[in-house]
Amino acid sequence: MTTVTAPRTTVVPATADPEREVRRRPGRMDEAAWWTVLGAAAGSLGMAWLFVERLLPLSGRLGFLLVWYGCFVLLYLVASAVQATGESIGDRLAVVACRTAGAGVLGALVTIVGYTFFRGIHALRPSFFTQTMGSTGPTNPLTQGGIAHAMVGSFEQVGLALLICVPLGVTAALYLNEVQGPLARVIRAVVDAMSAIPSIVAGLFVLAVLILTLGVNRCGLAASIAIAIEMLPVVTRASEVVFRLVPGGLREAGLALGSSHWRMVRDVVLPTARPGLVTAILLGIARGIGETAPVLLVAGFTSDMNADPLHHAQVSLPLYIFTYVKYPQHTMITRAYGAALALLIIVLIAFVTARILGGAPPGQLTRRQRRRLERAENR
Amino acid sequence: MSLFDLWSSTDDPTEETPLVDDEPRKEITPSPAPVDRAFRGATRSAAVADLVIMGLIGTFLFIRAMPAWHKAGWSFFTEQEWLPESGRFGIGAVLFGTILIALIAMVIALPLAVGTAICISELVPDRIRRPLISLIDLMAAIPSIVYALWGFFFLQPRLIHVAQWLSVHASWFPPFKVPSGESASAYASSPFIAGTVVSLVVIPLVCSLTREVFSQAPQGEREAALALGSSQWGMIRTVVLPFGKGGLIGASMLGLGRALGETITVYAIISPIFSRSTHILETGGNSIAALIAIRFPDSDSIGIAALMAAGFVLFMLTLAVNTFAATIISRSRSGALTEI
Repeated sequence: MTTVTAPRTTVVPATADPEREVRRRPGRMDEAAWWTVLGAAAGSLGMAWLFVERLLPLSGRLGFLLVWYGCFVLLYLVASAVQATGESIGDRLAVVACRTAGAGVLGALVTIVGYTFFRGIHALRPSFFTQTMGSTGPTNPLTQGGIAHAMVGSFEQVGLALLICVPLGVTAALYLNEVQGPLARVIRAVVDAMSAIPSIVAGLFVLAVLILTLGVNRCGLAASIAIAIEMLPVVTRASEVVFRLVPGGLREAGLALGSSHWRMVRDVVLPTARPGLVTAILLGIARGIGETAPVLLVAGFTSDMNADPLHHAQVSLPLYIFTYVKYPQHTMITRAYGAALALLIIVLIAFVTARILGGAPPGQLTRRQRRRLERAENR
Repeated sequence: MSLFDLWSSTDDPTEETPLVDDEPRKEITPSPAPVDRAFRGATRSAAVADLVIMGLIGTFLFIRAMPAWHKAGWSFFTEQEWLPESGRFGIGAVLFGTILIALIAMVIALPLAVGTAICISELVPDRIRRPLISLIDLMAAIPSIVYALWGFFFLQPRLIHVAQWLSVHASWFPPFKVPSGESASAYASSPFIAGTVVSLVVIPLVCSLTREVFSQAPQGEREAALALGSSQWGMIRTVVLPFGKGGLIGASMLGLGRALGETITVYAIISPIFSRSTHILETGGNSIAALIAIRFPDSDSIGIAALMAAGFVLFMLTLAVNTFAATIISRSRSGALTEI
């Protein structure tokens, strides 16, 4: 503006220009912050090399990484101190610590899956899934022997466990959330406590009841009862959360139409909750199929195929891994890793299916539900 | 006095309330249809079955442990040896080892789990939050035998160097002393390594529970803190963490319960000893769960009874820890129905 404005008019401050105003995002890193991090990382790399290779009595990749990280935090703090004031230095340190924790946990997950994959992939071939260990000794090459009997055992044991714990768990969840009887608080506490029963104690219990008191021999059924005890709280809690997500309005609509409570549960609650229930069951499967300790006590071990869960020892995948990994022979350890990889893949399939069917993990709202809640709150 | 009580007290027929007309008040007593009564009965019995199973577990372990209780008496809780055949057995050492390994696991797991939870619920961009949540849940679903393999073959050879370094340079801290020498084998199969592997089993559990509590911190208060000029971490420190404190304590207790009962990972790593050793970096340790798995195959009847007794103690221990955790968490639980 070139002309002189009248002295009494209001001048709009230049920063209020909507074209030039930038939205502030707390916690979002701007360009300077990125360069600070990169600079600190590069500088600390050099420092770490100096320390590890020249100055300190340290060696090894892990030591190098730890020193690098220490130097990085130090340099980042110094750089922040130059740029900013007291409070925000602590803030940056805390944020870096949290991000490090997250990266560390993710890194551990990646190495767990990756290591199992690379050790186990050598054992995987089609015959690995069709043969048993019946005629395979520790010195046989990897082309012989497999996990067919262990997979059959695992599937049968988990299947039987599902037959026991799904009706029980879902019905108990109905009691907790639909009937809401006087015992609900106690039962909920008991189910919570049950989820912490160490799996070896569940195995001991089945051993005490079935094998020592009732005189049943070690068999797949005993293992599946122990697995069911471990899965029951998972299924109960997960399906209770699913029932809680069924909109109350639907229930009231059903009741207002004159249906009985049971009819309403059968025709409204259960169908609405069905995908979530499948998710709950799949999460239970993922938990149950990996149980090692109870199987160790009550299932017995065999290297032959046994498809009869009621008689004789029956091996499952975790027990197979547990037994063969203790052999000194390299081939046996590789077989154990192959079985571990197969187990991991089964868990992964169950898990991904649960996610796809359930949309959201139970207890969490989907994006649509969250938006709906937000709208209701804002109303 | 709840709202319901207030309401019913004003409805008290003895009070003078103006009635519309002089019609007598209609009493509505719901009488459920037979099918409903059957439905309620069935669900109630399923729920009670849970209770019964818990009771049975405790009772049967206790009864089956009778011979051991009789033989060992109160010395069961103090005796360190485990020689059931000669009558000298007790959980003095293994109970100590159980708690030691669980504490090491929690010391490692808590900062990592809480940091990850804050990272996921507050720091990462929205679009990668859900994949990260799924990854943590997947980590919780990985069987512990896979953790055990990874811990034994991958982590242990690397951690030995860390343990060695700690024992050389930080031995002013008493637990880090390793009296038995300098060789790398003195650092293998230690409570420290077992605790580290157990911590990885516990992390996803604690992380997903705390993350859920953190993400429920009220949006209005977060925005208020930011509007007052707080930095992002300032907002987390003053709004999110105080709000999630109860859930955080509860989640760590649940994690502790899980760590106490972890069997296979400890079995795979530890080399069993029967004495109370506080040198956490040194070879040798034990836990009740691992003891049961190790000693079970070669136990006679009194040996089994002794293991049952140990199992009973472990059961009661995890039960106590967990009930405590559940009470804390249930206080911070939001149990409202979803409405449309």
